[in-house]
Amino acid sequence: MAVPKMLGLETEYGIVHRGASEPNPISASSLLINAYLIAHGHAPEPGRAAVGWDFTDETPGNDARGGAPAGSLAPEIETHLVNAVLTNGARYYVDHAHPELSTPECADAHSVVLYDRAAELIAARSMEAVRRLLPPDEEIVVYKNNSDGKGNSYGCHENYLVSRAVPFSRIVTHATAHFVTRQIYCGAGKLGTETPGMRLDEAGYQISQRADFIEEEVGLETTLKRPIVNTRDEPHADAAKYRRLHVIVGDANMSQVATFLKVGTTALVMALTEDDAMPREFRFAAPVAALRQVSRDLQLRQPLELADGTTITALGVQWELLAAARTYVEQRGADAAGGEVARRVLARWEDVLGGLERDPATLAGQIDWVAKLRLLDGFRDRHGLDFEDARLRALDIQYHDLRPDRSLAARAGLETLVDEAAAVRAMTEPPPDTRAYFRGRCLQKFAAEVVAANWDSIVFDVGEGSLRRVSMTEPARGTVAHVGDMFDECGSAMELLRRLGSAGA
Amino acid sequence: MAEREQIRKPAPSPREQSVEESPPASERGSDIKAQLDDLLDEIDEVLETNAEDFVKSYIQKGGE
Repeated sequence: MAVPKMLGLETEYGIVHRGASEPNPISASSLLINAYLIAHGHAPEPGRAAVGWDFTDETPGNDARGGAPAGSLAPEIETHLVNAVLTNGARYYVDHAHPELSTPECADAHSVVLYDRAAELIAARSMEAVRRLLPPDEEIVVYKNNSDGKGNSYGCHENYLVSRAVPFSRIVTHATAHFVTRQIYCGAGKLGTETPGMRLDEAGYQISQRADFIEEEVGLETTLKRPIVNTRDEPHADAAKYRRLHVIVGDANMSQVATFLKVGTTALVMALTEDDAMPREFRFAAPVAALRQVSRDLQLRQPLELADGTTITALGVQWELLAAARTYVEQRGADAAGGEVARRVLARWEDVLGGLERDPATLAGQIDWVAKLRLLDGFRDRHGLDFEDARLRALDIQYHDLRPDRSLAARAGLETLVDEAAAVRAMTEPPPDTRAYFRGRCLQKFAAEVVAANWDSIVFDVGEGSLRRVSMTEPARGTVAHVGDMFDECGSAMELLRRLGSAGA
Repeated sequence: MAEREQIRKPAPSPREQSVEESPPASERGSDIKAQLDDLLDEIDEVLETNAEDFVKSYIQKGGE
């Protein structure tokens, strides 16, 4: 049986330290995050760090296929850099040479959009806060994209809770079909190509930022030989019941509609996969080549070759997945994929596929790659520019600028799905309907007693000599319905722990 | 090559031409054009002034 989908995004941002004589992205990222933590009360007392991340349960080297093939590189964990837990349940930290923000666990795609928008606002506030600390001719700027146009990529990862009972090979089959083709509405658009061996100008414009960097069908890596389906098996939850599908193939989106669809459709595809409700399998003859082919086919008309010798377009696959998801929801309900929100996903999915089929240009207010292309084409025509002109490349990058006064995406007339005031609240308030609520309330109310936190536990020091760990291996527990009253009533962490000890979170 | 010069140009779809909502297509078309013009004016204002240097210096380390 499909389990209710817990969802989340982990976004690595591009970072530039302007005016610095020797810019260092690692220290710039640390500075950016620390400036935010201090300015917004996440570092409670001078000299005391913000509540840090607890690494004891991290096992990113576990492979969903069982034993990892020889030569696989497990990601390393860097523990010496800034790593904070926010009162909304998110994690804000330095990963490699980028600032990264992981949203709290969300119960549906709308909530993901809300917390992704909150993350953008946190990045914007961080830039403001660090600006006050820097000399007037310096500035740290954050970009929500996935490539520097020179062959370096950084990710926007997605997470989906799925049942451990599903054979992983079935997940691979259906996830691959979806990931190769969903880019037609969730690609963020990119000028040029960064495929090894191709010249930068060999592809004019493509749909996806990431397709050039995907080299394998299935694998554990995230920094090289990146796969379409990532096999990291680290559920951050009861491992006997759950998997966490960790998706690295997607682009970071500026468009809220694109984020909504990216996460909402994938949650549905996973629910159908768990319940074995897919009417057919799409096995591509060459999945990696198909992924890149779709990224370069702006007319969305090219047939993709399947292993059985037949062909189908990316739109064709998406129409069939939509039809299957619609039938599934009619027959079994939408509880496993976000309830009422899943029905809205279905409606929007159909609208957008219809628009793409008629004329992609009609979706300039909803889909990033179309919105950016409209700006590029318009700007190029107005100034009579060559394709090679640096101003077009600058426009491509600046589309993703998170400074409100510079962002081109913010000016492109993109439809919004979440209320801005709600997004501001979501910068500090956790979602009410997942265990992130428990984490966030602990941080809001008892930060002084919280020593560390991670996805599935919180460690308290209430002055009894030993530390107390509260385990949260059930992601749907610890919601406002479960523990809201308890938080309202408890005056101290000690009291909270006592009541948890008798009731369980 | 000529096709590389062009960023893209989706063929107008036949179904698009038969949409018969008001206002008339020409008016709607000029509306859309005016919107795009305003947007391009804004881009002219906020786009990085030294695009060449900006693009050259936008170098990131690989992540994840």
